[in-house]
Amino acid sequence: MRVWQTSDARLGASRHRRRHYVFLALAAVMLLLLGAGAFLAPRWPRSASANAQRYPVDDRQAFDRIERGRYLAVVADCAGCHTAPGGPPFAGGLALQTPFGTLVTPNITPDRETGIGSWTDEEFVAAMHEGRGRGGMRLYPAMPYPAYAKMTRDDVLSILAYFKTIEPVHNAVTVNQLPFPFNIRLGMAFWNFLNFAPGPFQPDPQKSSEWNRGAYLVQGAGHCGTCHTPKTLLGGDQTGAPLAGATLQDWFAPNITTDPRKGIGNWPLDEVVHYLKTGTNSWTLASGPMAEAVVHSTSLMTNEDLAAIATYLKDSGVAVSTSPPTSVSANDAAIRAGAAIYKDNCAACHKDSGVGESALFPSLSGSALVQSDDVTTLARLILQGSRAVATPDKPTAPAMPVFDWRLNDAQIAAVLTFIRNRWGNAAAPVAASTVARQRALLARSP
Amino acid sequence: MPRKLPRKDVVIIGLGWTGSILGYELAKAGLDVVAIERGPWRDTATDFPPASAQDELRYAVRLDLFLRPDQETLTFRNNASQTALPIRNFVSFLPGNGVGGAGVHWNGQTWRFLPTDFRLRSHLEERYGKDALPSDMTIQDWPLSYDDLEPYYDRFEKLCGTSGKAGNIRGIKQLGGNPFEGWRSSEYPTPPLKQGYGATLFAEAARKTGHNPFPQPASNLSEAYVNPLGIKLGQCTYCGFCERFGCGNYSKASPQTCVLPALLRFPNFTAQTESEVTKINLDSAGKRATGVTYVDTSGQEWEQPANIVLVCAFALFNVRLMLLSGIGKPYDAQAGQGVVGRNYAYQTTSSVGLILKDKVLNPFIATGSHGMMIDDYNGDNFDHSGLGFVGGGYMGFGQTNARPIQTRPVPAGTPKWGAQWKKATAETYQRACSLATHGSSYSYKDCYLDLDPTYTDRLGRPLMRMTFDFHENELKMSAFLTDRLAEIARTMDPVELVALPRKGPYTLTAYQTTHNTGGTVMGADPGTSVVNRYCQSWDVHNVFVPGGASVFPQNHGYNPTDTVGALAYWTADAIRDRYLRNPGPLV
Amino acid sequence: MRDGVFQARTSRRGLLSSSALVLLLGAGSASARIISDGLPWSPGTATPPVPVRPGPWLFFTAEEAALVEAAVDRLIPPDDRGPGARDAGCAVFIDRQLAGPYGRSAGLYMQPPFMPGAATQGYQMPDTPATRYRGGLKALADHVKAAFAGKSFAELSAPDQDKVLAGLESGSIALPGVGGAQFFALLLENTREGFFADPIYGGNRDMVGWKLIGFPGARYDYRDWVERHNEPYPLPPVSIMGRPEWEER
Repeated sequence: MRVWQTSDARLGASRHRRRHYVFLALAAVMLLLLGAGAFLAPRWPRSASANAQRYPVDDRQAFDRIERGRYLAVVADCAGCHTAPGGPPFAGGLALQTPFGTLVTPNITPDRETGIGSWTDEEFVAAMHEGRGRGGMRLYPAMPYPAYAKMTRDDVLSILAYFKTIEPVHNAVTVNQLPFPFNIRLGMAFWNFLNFAPGPFQPDPQKSSEWNRGAYLVQGAGHCGTCHTPKTLLGGDQTGAPLAGATLQDWFAPNITTDPRKGIGNWPLDEVVHYLKTGTNSWTLASGPMAEAVVHSTSLMTNEDLAAIATYLKDSGVAVSTSPPTSVSANDAAIRAGAAIYKDNCAACHKDSGVGESALFPSLSGSALVQSDDVTTLARLILQGSRAVATPDKPTAPAMPVFDWRLNDAQIAAVLTFIRNRWGNAAAPVAASTVARQRALLARSP
Repeated sequence: MPRKLPRKDVVIIGLGWTGSILGYELAKAGLDVVAIERGPWRDTATDFPPASAQDELRYAVRLDLFLRPDQETLTFRNNASQTALPIRNFVSFLPGNGVGGAGVHWNGQTWRFLPTDFRLRSHLEERYGKDALPSDMTIQDWPLSYDDLEPYYDRFEKLCGTSGKAGNIRGIKQLGGNPFEGWRSSEYPTPPLKQGYGATLFAEAARKTGHNPFPQPASNLSEAYVNPLGIKLGQCTYCGFCERFGCGNYSKASPQTCVLPALLRFPNFTAQTESEVTKINLDSAGKRATGVTYVDTSGQEWEQPANIVLVCAFALFNVRLMLLSGIGKPYDAQAGQGVVGRNYAYQTTSSVGLILKDKVLNPFIATGSHGMMIDDYNGDNFDHSGLGFVGGGYMGFGQTNARPIQTRPVPAGTPKWGAQWKKATAETYQRACSLATHGSSYSYKDCYLDLDPTYTDRLGRPLMRMTFDFHENELKMSAFLTDRLAEIARTMDPVELVALPRKGPYTLTAYQTTHNTGGTVMGADPGTSVVNRYCQSWDVHNVFVPGGASVFPQNHGYNPTDTVGALAYWTADAIRDRYLRNPGPLV
Repeated sequence: MRDGVFQARTSRRGLLSSSALVLLLGAGSASARIISDGLPWSPGTATPPVPVRPGPWLFFTAEEAALVEAAVDRLIPPDDRGPGARDAGCAVFIDRQLAGPYGRSAGLYMQPPFMPGAATQGYQMPDTPATRYRGGLKALADHVKAAFAGKSFAELSAPDQDKVLAGLESGSIALPGVGGAQFFALLLENTREGFFADPIYGGNRDMVGWKLIGFPGARYDYRDWVERHNEPYPLPPVSIMGRPEWEER
């Protein structure tokens, strides 16, 4: 009966994008693997967790433990990937379309046959901490185990305790639908060797407990870096630039470092909290994959945890970007065209001053996203439009209209160049060819 | 054969202003609610973004957002001696269609009726004597008072974020507002819009001639606003594309901008579009509705059982659905009996066209509820002794746009084409403006709605037949109002002034207004009303007609939407706080 | 009711349907759309206009087009203020309108019986605009041929053309079976629509209609000018598909 499952449909449409990058790396790995055959069976050393104590059964079923697990599953947004559009929560079946084929998320309900009902603690910890499924099978890093590895064993087992309480769903999923050679899971061993630094989160004794809690959530369950940290050619994190922004095919997950121009350096702490809680703040509104993350995860987190995350992000000590480029001259032909296009297309919402309207029209003036090096998201928003996030406190969910029918590539490039160099903004001009590439990409995978 | 769906607590017919308000209030109360809308889903960014909303041909001339007559229309005649013919293309009035209904394409003019309007017959008879009213005039008191409705007006205006200046807050007159209005419990949610040149010139003229100008109350917002549902609206940009258009930048109040984002968060609410309710189903005794039957775009019929049926379509179509469903006794004008279809009324509008000297009016800088108005000649705000009519209206400068296919004045006597026409058109556009009166339309024995004997809709159901003409009382009133307006306008020093009072007969061939009222009127007496003071059917207690203008006993000198919205809230409270506790007749 | 340019809308809706529109309880065909759990949004569901394409006539024959071009250029003639209706593209506009839904009275109530009524009851004939043009142009061409020694309307001098048009308007040229005055009124109405509608519909080329009167076109924000009383608005008109300043120069 209820067929237009909007949020789920959106879930399905965008979730897979957050994982796409992995497969670029996969391709490289597979080529290496096939060529050399040198890493045929690397055995990852068993982690220390293997020897940890099992919890007594009664303790595992304690309400507060299950509740903590439920909360951590929200922080980790397990349901986001492990729920098919319109399907029962956690029963898997969400197809992750990739250039190499299809991966389908597994069933993690406690069904004994098709879910994780018969998994032992060790098996679950191995999946979360090491990316090893049952019987040592390698998981694809679409599952963000490199982040979950930071979680304590206790937290991981709380999640398992919670999973054991949810409704078991019999749903057999054929996870690996990749064609040869990408279906060879062994490749992931090599990927892990290069890209995965196992081991739990190490608190910084110099910092407050709040900071450390924030760091733990950001690096661990929250797996913020999965999207926001730039990747190496093989899809591993660029360890020198955590959270400095990354492109996931059709979206740019912005820089969330303390960089004042490209990051969130100018956001007061409470504006960071407000953003994570509601999806909006004085400057911007969450959209695309982050809207999903806000709806299904951050908006449901405690204010204390959000404040801890904000504290960490505002003081995570990563590099500040170099001095801004000089603004493109107002006499530049693109800027003059861009000014006319802006006046006639954008000002009715974003205003002549570029400040927009909080919780309705994002501010372009002073916007980090507008000035980011990567214009994937900017071009996408103009070409395709987007619905902003809706949360209980901010239900409005305004939408950016589509302009692909009205503006050509050069015009979109001109107006982007304009907004990137107006109101004190400064960023490199945008080429029409960049917009054209994005347009072609969107036409292929809407 | 209709296929049967699972039962719902509430089925709402039509998802416009009243449907969305009732849907929100009852879903919030925990009821399982489905709204069935015959038109399409519509939303700002997809259907009328500021990239393509400003298209006069598509929206204002080809009427893209409106009901298409091949889906439903009416037949019309001026009087019972004529054969009614179908309205093949809507012109005089333009019913809406789709999610948001008329709330998508309205102007935003947000007026309350006067306290005396709610006891119209009693008031007029007390002041002017029982003989003062024409014998065939069938006006009647509302079954509720202004004081009853005030809190609900306040709620609807806060939902919309209406911009304006109060003239009377709890009995204390406020400088700059409408001194004639009924008391308000609070100031308008947002300050008045900025005024253009023409409105400013009119306000000066009105002041000079001893009148009381004030900014027209507007649900086109002067500044950004967060309504009580937590939904944010933007600031009006004076683009001049309101009436007949959807608003592209979230600044005109509508179900889309004020209700739907919050309503659709309720898991117990579902909207179903492109599905037309054909009938309200009754039990065998005809005393209780069992739900509705609707047909989808494939032609499949469905039965939706429900405990409560809310009739929330456009006024005219509420009446038709009641007639087609056999709820209430149809009105028989000859016998003067029956109620459904009785007291159809309209609005009596007129205009004064002006061409000014050496002025740059920028008439395209406007909103749907722009301008400065006076209320000195509305309702019974002035002494009608010896005037030969009752009623009145507000008037003033309220030009809503200067879109050039439809607004392109030339001096009187200019040819309709050729070189002279072109020259006059070019030279007049910036200097011309139009003032308007917005007058009442009282109800009469021979103005009514019933089912047509000849013409049917695409599903074979009889069309509704409208029998209506202006009466002498209204034409005299329009002449009087237009004279007063012209007197004020003359002090603006025009080079040309053309006063156009409303003349009969009523014609379908020129747009007047879409304020069609009556037909399921509310009252205290089941002999002269279809619904009681809670908009509840006298005959079938689980059917409500919550506040569509079809419940107005007559139409007053104001736009209907504020009262429609207030009655929706009033009815929602009655259902939630009274009916749910003890389902049955509330009066 | 929908213009030719909106034909593409249908297919966009169709696209939407295929993904979002659903079968009620497995009903066999597309039926209705059910919306719940938040405001829907997905790419490709917008309903932007589709500008008319230049190219050959879609509705008119060459002869009809010549007549219409000549006639509209007398209704709105070129002068020192700017081009007339012909160069503004009004004949193209009318051609595209007649070839689309407007031309076939799409959306109007077209069920019989058709009966003449009072003037207050509005248009009651079964003829669509396309039919009226086809018949009206033929009758007009025949009339001119008979009255002006075999010449076509386009070959007449401007004063003679004006005389014919004035005769239609006043009813002195009746055009039997068509209604000269009614046909003239339709032609005039459509010519004005073309002259002042957005250029995406084929008329108002280079926004000449808007420039003539000082209408700034498809703008959406006058906040900066609403209180600049008695000062001309400074920006040029803009069409839905832009203005020359949108190009880099």
